[in-house]
Amino acid sequence: MTETVAVLDYGMGNLHSAAKALEKVASGQKIVITSDPAVVASADRVVFPGVGAIRDCMRELSERGFDQAVREAAARGTPLLGICVGMQALMSHSTENGGVECLGVFPGEVIHFGERYSEFGDRLKVPHMGWNQVRQVQPHPMWAGIPDFSRFYFVHSYHVSDLPENQIAGVCDYGLEFPAAVCRGNVFAVQFHPEKSAPHGLTLLENFLRWAP
Amino acid sequence: MGLAKRIIPCLDVDKGRVVKGVKFESIRDAGDPVEVAKRYNDEGADEITFLDITASHEGRDTTLHTVEKMASQVFIPLTVGGGVRTLQDIRNLLNAGADKVSINSAAVHNPEFVREAADRFGSQCIVVAIDAKKVSAESEPNRWEIFTHGGRKPTGIDAIQWAKRMTDYGAGEILLTSMDKDGTKNGFDIAVTRAIADAVPVPVIASGGVGTLQHLVNGVLQGGADAVLAASIFHFAEYTIREAKEYMIAAGIEMRL
Repeated sequence: MTETVAVLDYGMGNLHSAAKALEKVASGQKIVITSDPAVVASADRVVFPGVGAIRDCMRELSERGFDQAVREAAARGTPLLGICVGMQALMSHSTENGGVECLGVFPGEVIHFGERYSEFGDRLKVPHMGWNQVRQVQPHPMWAGIPDFSRFYFVHSYHVSDLPENQIAGVCDYGLEFPAAVCRGNVFAVQFHPEKSAPHGLTLLENFLRWAP
Repeated sequence: MGLAKRIIPCLDVDKGRVVKGVKFESIRDAGDPVEVAKRYNDEGADEITFLDITASHEGRDTTLHTVEKMASQVFIPLTVGGGVRTLQDIRNLLNAGADKVSINSAAVHNPEFVREAADRFGSQCIVVAIDAKKVSAESEPNRWEIFTHGGRKPTGIDAIQWAKRMTDYGAGEILLTSMDKDGTKNGFDIAVTRAIADAVPVPVIASGGVGTLQHLVNGVLQGGADAVLAASIFHFAEYTIREAKEYMIAAGIEMRL
């Protein structure tokens, strides 16, 4: 039977690039962009992309009943991939927009970069925008075929913190070391944009389509 | 190790074809935008900027179609600019597959538009493009003003103040073009690049004037730019992106290979 991969559409803009990249690496799986929680409930895999501000993101999620659908998919064992704000939304809380409760799939907190300096004393620009290296801090099937310290495309002003070490799969350095990839059972989430990080990002998406947690 | 500086080839697109004018004259055809973008992607470009210079409405639909085609074949970030005036324009471009949109004259006419756009879509996808021209005499301290209409129309707005205001309003990145240097191949205006890069907390893309690979290095090391944008040196195969990156690495700049 053909596997279905649900890409969550909750009205936050560019979700199509994630779907197009998945289609590019798919081997028979059906990629479905959906705003229906029932489709998420029956999907074999779920991709949770995100852009924009967390307050709007959480509001749109709950208006569509996606908050429950994502929590259930995570609890049911469905392979789930969070991307960028999608990763941040999986944490318990974000300090963006004056403080927003998130989905709580992970215990972490999302905080602003603040004023950071490079090792040469230059003030670092925020958003953290561009290609940065990810150090793989634990082996994971999602890293298959991706060399350690590969570069991925990031664009964000907030980052995840306060996660237990065993839930961090990869870290990135930008004035401080922050989690660039997190994992917990059947859930994997990345702060960078794999759909915009050819070629290694496409490999990661391909790994997700094969992943059997 | 850390965040790499970026090379961004820019595609000026008119009616579905890549063109590049030299000082707005002698427009040369440089090919099909999707093919050109794919070639740059294969050569290791860090992003693509697509500047729509078509005036007509039919041209807009062509642009959306081209963006859509490009986004389904090129998996690196894509910025689209040119004639972005409304929130609906932004939504259409993002839905077609653009990752960021670049706002230029609409910001000058209505600065609040940038605030609304950043609120709605997030700062990460709002680039404000600034066309700056030096207005001070040789004996005076440097001063640059914003110009519109391809550098023909002065606005009286100070370029550095403007850049600060736009980032206060939520611009996530500044695309700075020197109208004195654009099309000259004499190198970036380093002074204005440095002044703006030091003044704003967001990344700055230097643009206008690239003729050699050393110009790219100077934009980063002297101008403080986070990214460098160029068109003709890449379109007409004077240099490949890869050659440019190797040159910049040899100059001590961190790049993605």
